Amino acid sequence: MEVQINGDWRAFPDGTTVAGVLEALGTAPRGVAVALNGEVVRRGDWAEAVVAAGARLEILTAVQGG
Amino acid sequence: MFDGADDQLAIGDYKLTSRLIIGTGGAANLSVLERALVASGTELTTVAMRRADAEGGSGVLELVRRLGIRLLPNTAGCRSAAEAVLTAQLAREALETDLIKLEVHADDRTLLPDPVETLDAAEQLASDGFTVLAYTNDDPVLALRLEEAGCAAVMPLGAPIGTGLGIRNPHNIELIVSRAGVPIVLDAGIGTASDAALAMELGCDAVLLSTAVTRAQDPERMAYAMRSAVLAGRLARAAGRVPQRFWAQASSPPR
Repeated sequence: MEVQINGDWRAFPDGTTVAGVLEALGTAPRGVAVALNGEVVRRGDWAEAVVAAGARLEILTAVQGG
Repeated sequence: MFDGADDQLAIGDYKLTSRLIIGTGGAANLSVLERALVASGTELTTVAMRRADAEGGSGVLELVRRLGIRLLPNTAGCRSAAEAVLTAQLAREALETDLIKLEVHADDRTLLPDPVETLDAAEQLASDGFTVLAYTNDDPVLALRLEEAGCAAVMPLGAPIGTGLGIRNPHNIELIVSRAGVPIVLDAGIGTASDAALAMELGCDAVLLSTAVTRAQDPERMAYAMRSAVLAGRLARAAGRVPQRFWAQASSPPR
């Protein structure tokens, strides 16, 4: 299935969770937050939250600014 | 004795001894940023939220945490209340803090705050339990409305972000300070140390700046200058300045 990650379409196996996406991307979980279709997914829910085909996933972290 | 140690600033539940908040944007590299942060004596520093790439963060989080400085995530880049609220929620999740510097910019050329979207987001975030520090225009009416919306601090600009034009309307800043029931933080527009001192002399509770330090020729030295200026301005405000006079008044006894 195709999922949009930070604006780019990527392929993942059906049933992949948020935690699975982060692992596949090699994103270190500390200091990161995830929104699935515009809603925050709490860290404690990453392992259960299944990403559906066509979903929009935003993965944010802190950078220098402001 | 006058080092400010017994003169703490309270923003919501947070207590700060340093009245200088530093933004991390604009520094050439992390080592320059580290020296500037240390020299500034700051206890609160801003970071922005951006899409994570595969390499992970920029290292700024590790640096700020190592220095024992509290993080103040911002919503820079957001154009609407909805975007700002989602960014704030993501920042709270990523950084485990309820502190948020709310900023909603109207356009890229001025980066001026959008007052309608800012007030809307402030109401939503305050009722969602955030400690909101709202970046705003130097508008005394809007400052009161943001306070009523539940902001823990109101942060009027001196001039547009990154311009270094100083405090363009000191009277408005004084008006805001005179009626405020929450801390007032002068945010944006500071160019040099005298601007920071003036903000404190006008009665602001703190100063937030980044460009003036991070893009100075010697950021570490400018950070110390700002720290000194904020303290000097705070002391001068408390000490009570002499009234201005039109004619001279001799300070030596008459002959």
